[in-house]
Amino acid sequence: MKDAVLDISGLTTTFTIGGRAIPAVQDLDLAIAAGETVALVGESGSGKSVTSLSIMGLLPRRVGQVAAGSIRLRCKSGQTTSLTGLDPESLRRLRGNDVAMVFQEPMTSLNPVFTVGEQIAEPIRIHLGKSHRSAAADAVRLLGEVGIPDPERRAKQYPHELSGGMRQRVTIAMALACDPQLLIADEPTTALDVTIQAQILTLMAKLQAERSMAVLFITHNLGVVAEIADRVAVMYAGRIVETGPVQDVFDHPRHPYTKGLLRSVPKLGEAAQLKAQGRDLPTIAGNVPSLRHLPPGCAFANRCELATESCRAAVPVLEEVSSGRHARCIRWREV
Amino acid sequence: MDDLYLSVRNLTKHFQPSGFSRGPAVKALQDISFDIPRGQVVGLVGESGSGKTTIGRSILRLIEPTSGQVIMNGTDVVRLSARGLRRQRRKMQYVFQDPFASLSSRMTIGRILMEGLDIQRLGSKSDRQARARAALEMVELPEDAFDRFAHEFSGGQRQRIGIARALAMQPEFVVADEPVSALDVSIQAQVLNLLRGLQMRLGLTMLFISHDLAVVEYICDTVIVLYLGRIMEIAPAAELYARPRHPYTRALLSAIPTPDPIRRAKRQVLTGDIPSPANPPSGCVFRTRCPLAVDACATSVPPLREMVPGHSMACIRDEAII
Repeated sequence: MKDAVLDISGLTTTFTIGGRAIPAVQDLDLAIAAGETVALVGESGSGKSVTSLSIMGLLPRRVGQVAAGSIRLRCKSGQTTSLTGLDPESLRRLRGNDVAMVFQEPMTSLNPVFTVGEQIAEPIRIHLGKSHRSAAADAVRLLGEVGIPDPERRAKQYPHELSGGMRQRVTIAMALACDPQLLIADEPTTALDVTIQAQILTLMAKLQAERSMAVLFITHNLGVVAEIADRVAVMYAGRIVETGPVQDVFDHPRHPYTKGLLRSVPKLGEAAQLKAQGRDLPTIAGNVPSLRHLPPGCAFANRCELATESCRAAVPVLEEVSSGRHARCIRWREV
Repeated sequence: MDDLYLSVRNLTKHFQPSGFSRGPAVKALQDISFDIPRGQVVGLVGESGSGKTTIGRSILRLIEPTSGQVIMNGTDVVRLSARGLRRQRRKMQYVFQDPFASLSSRMTIGRILMEGLDIQRLGSKSDRQARARAALEMVELPEDAFDRFAHEFSGGQRQRIGIARALAMQPEFVVADEPVSALDVSIQAQVLNLLRGLQMRLGLTMLFISHDLAVVEYICDTVIVLYLGRIMEIAPAAELYARPRHPYTRALLSAIPTPDPIRRAKRQVLTGDIPSPANPPSGCVFRTRCPLAVDACATSVPPLREMVPGHSMACIRDEAII
């Protein structure tokens, strides 16, 4: 991609456990342009969060490492920086400034002993060099922007005085404090109730449009993907198995895993029909393979109805199936 | 009328603040009444703090309700003595949400499955073993699981073990509290199919608790929508999704993220937060977020009224609901 804010190429991240390097992410290519939201979906252990930690340089030290590939970020200055192999001090200058992150659990990502206003002001003082007074004023303005009523009073409160939805609004305000080029949101609505989730998704879409940020949105919820993202990348056992524009992928999945996943989500109003026909909910048989014992070929082969001998022989390449659409399946034409 | 198995009447639970904390009691449940016919599945849906789990636990007396009746097959569970309760427990079982926290890591699966049978002194040792093994088979786990430990199993398999533990007692009634919420999507569907198949085959009466409306629709005959410790609406599952009446049910259904752009366009996003159950609004508890609220909603608690047979709701604004 030409004017990508984030450009990941050939990323492989491994965890060293018991002297063995276990690949959590393998050969991942992903680019996000300004103003674009890309969703990374997959189940537990698929590598979606490890991808985000690799970008942020937050892999557990001595255990997790980027083994191959490049991660390039276009900074606010317009310069492109390689994030792999960056020294801790330079990384610190980027984090919270050019790239920021919103986590799943707002309670654990906020510090309980500082007011929320102080926590939002901190990156503004550190990265933008503003005074205490001016940063505090910015914090109040940001709280208003993320839809917190009475922001002046709320800025003086501590995290435990806020509801879960408001805390997540605070972490979003914190992430946006320095106008990042790239926002990574890792399951930001998973811990929230559904009516609050709807509020946060609406808010994020609005803020992203106003600021034309690039957003990497990590989730396991396919409904959320449909709501928030322009493009989607589906991960399975550490690899991207399918990418493309959201509506297109959902309407015509080209990878058997994507198809199975879409079918196995219970949909509102569908149950009556299933019950009337005496049918079960469609499932994907079996379990996700362990990353310690990945099969030599396609990782999905042991759960796939279409699998043949050649699927088990070698890992399929991510093939372009139409313009902007890729699938890692040698039998995608039959899906 | 179907054969009634469980009848909950005016169930109320207030949690008193303990220790150093002061303040008002948390009104977790207020005046909850509903029935479950034998062999049917009733779903409880609602957001955090709505009281779903408190209802499930109060019925089995894992916590003590403040007042009300729970008539199970003619027996008022609330009034049972400790001994009577223990005898009743074999008929009523609980499946917990978190398959990692609810299975002991120090016991083999066999011992976990037999623990309840041992406590109840049901049958001889070999009978108990046979029942535990039969339960494993019912949840489609391999025989050798009997001598293994919980950490050797995946989340989906552990949840099957949790279900087997409940079924080993050969219960009449099961409370399944968010049994698939901790599972991945592809595994969730497997466990739901299993649970529904077993429920139908064994003729279990079940209370199914979930925050996920689509999951509830799939498994339940009747659905109860809760908000802040009160029932907002009760309806047969298909009816509730096709013709939701209460403004809260409508908002809840419309908030579910969907790949359907038309449904998304019609969305009404509720403003504000769920109020604290320690200090619920007067009158209708939903009125602070309700798009249809009027002054009268604040004065008295709207009664649950049957609108069409089997479909009730607690809202006084039915002429405003189209």
